[in-house]
Amino acid sequence: MNMMTSPNALDVERIRRDFPILSQTIRGKPLVFLDSAASAQKPRAVIDAMVHAMETQYANVHRGLHWMSERTTEAYESTRDAVAALMNANDRSEIVFTRNSTEALNLMAHSYGRGVMKRGQAVLISGMEHHSNIVPWQLLRDSHGIELRVAPVTDAGELDMAAYEALLEDGKVGLVAITHMSNVLGTVVPAERVVKIAHAHGAKVLFDGSQAIVHRKIDVRALDCDFYAWTGHKLYGPTGIGVLWGRRELLDRMPPFLGGGDMISSVTYEQSTWAAVPHKFEAGTPPILEGIGLKAAVDYVQSIGYDAMAAHEASLTEHALARLAAVQGLRVIGQAQDRGGVFSFTLEGAHAHDVATLLDRQGIAVRAGHHCAEPLMQRLDLDSTARASFGIYTTHAEVDALADGLTRVREFSA
Amino acid sequence: MTQTDGFDDLRDLYQEVILDHGRRPRHAIRLDDFTATAKGDNPMCGDRVQVWLKLNGDVIGKIGFEARGCAISIASADLMAETVQGRAKGDTRTLFEAFREMARTGSCPACPPTLAEPIERLAPLGGVHEYPSRVKCATLPWHALIAALDGAKEASSE
Repeated sequence: MNMMTSPNALDVERIRRDFPILSQTIRGKPLVFLDSAASAQKPRAVIDAMVHAMETQYANVHRGLHWMSERTTEAYESTRDAVAALMNANDRSEIVFTRNSTEALNLMAHSYGRGVMKRGQAVLISGMEHHSNIVPWQLLRDSHGIELRVAPVTDAGELDMAAYEALLEDGKVGLVAITHMSNVLGTVVPAERVVKIAHAHGAKVLFDGSQAIVHRKIDVRALDCDFYAWTGHKLYGPTGIGVLWGRRELLDRMPPFLGGGDMISSVTYEQSTWAAVPHKFEAGTPPILEGIGLKAAVDYVQSIGYDAMAAHEASLTEHALARLAAVQGLRVIGQAQDRGGVFSFTLEGAHAHDVATLLDRQGIAVRAGHHCAEPLMQRLDLDSTARASFGIYTTHAEVDALADGLTRVREFSA
Repeated sequence: MTQTDGFDDLRDLYQEVILDHGRRPRHAIRLDDFTATAKGDNPMCGDRVQVWLKLNGDVIGKIGFEARGCAISIASADLMAETVQGRAKGDTRTLFEAFREMARTGSCPACPPTLAEPIERLAPLGGVHEYPSRVKCATLPWHALIAALDGAKEASSE
């Protein structure tokens, strides 16, 4: 057994009791949920916060003068404070709510790409991006004459830092838009260095932190980055709400993304003026209940603490690497030095989809496919992989169940 | 065949016949002398198949395929080839409809009794109906086959 002795150790059994879904059985077997990188499970606190809001105070926000609307506006806006504190933002107005990371990245391509960048400039992404951090930039390239550059990934699955710097040297890159942690390889990108090098060449930096925020404390001032995007549902919150943090002076310079109610200062047929940041970017009735749920999720994560979460994950990761290495015919994809609890692998003699279904028969949930990162899969010469990913509720025993389950799949398929 | 090897929990979808045809497909060959060919592609999971046909008038004289994908898709392509070789075009289309129904629902009560024998051979694949995301793995080769019969180059996705 791999016991944890760190003073920050987190009590997994106590945490598991906070997640009602984890007591389920699947096909008569205890649920082993190893697909948190796709979407994480929700603690009771998040479920209750949303239900409570609906049962006691629900109304639209930023509009009504009545008690219900005031209370709901207060609750919704308090999420902005909680998120600003979580990310160590300078000011709550730097927190823009979106639908998810994808929408945050599209907002950036639209408002920063079309509104601030100039034709002939370039956007630099990496070779391990999710489709959501590729396609918006392709659309920008095709509509707006912005070049799209890709910093390659090494065979170990790390960002090729020399090549990255070389792509910045001509000074044409206006924005680096890059994942902070790969959803396929688990690789954590050296964010501080990425920023330092980009800034030295006059480029701003936007991180796609969809995975990273689940595993690492994100301090945007320490990172010194310019924008940071993530999504609530991977951080134990509800679907339908994401976050874009940006430096206030940059957000001020960006034109709106969507037009509508809530984002205006005044409207006439001749002309409209925009509300101040962040509301300029939040058209229409926002995801009110999702925002209230996200506050509960952030509070939950803060109550456990990133130090304890990171220590637990490091211990699980070490255990998983050791156990998976012992499964015959199994190959873990990527050997990054700095990595988190997301593992892609192939199993000799069994296709990834068969592996996933055969694990499912044993009550173990993993993902299989190209993980919305086709260019990375091509770079690695793979059609698909199976992927196991961890959350705060993942136990060492579940890692053992995965390794044992894979050994059975291997024997069954041989 | 023994079912007591400790893998009973894994076998409802992956019956021996599927594992066997998935591992050692008999018809996984590219025909040099063909009259029709079509590809099928499932971009969601990366499965790819190409089917070649040698038609003798109205009858599929010979069929071969190349497939890249999971055990279900390869076994399905192979069992399909086995059941349609020597079969008339019209009969093949009827068999496709029957198979599609079986893959979606697990049974095919309205299937014509004249096709009872090939349907019986395809029956092990009916287990995919419990896995909606895997149904396409089983039907993809059939879509490529029907496209080839229609003179199309690519199967249109469902």
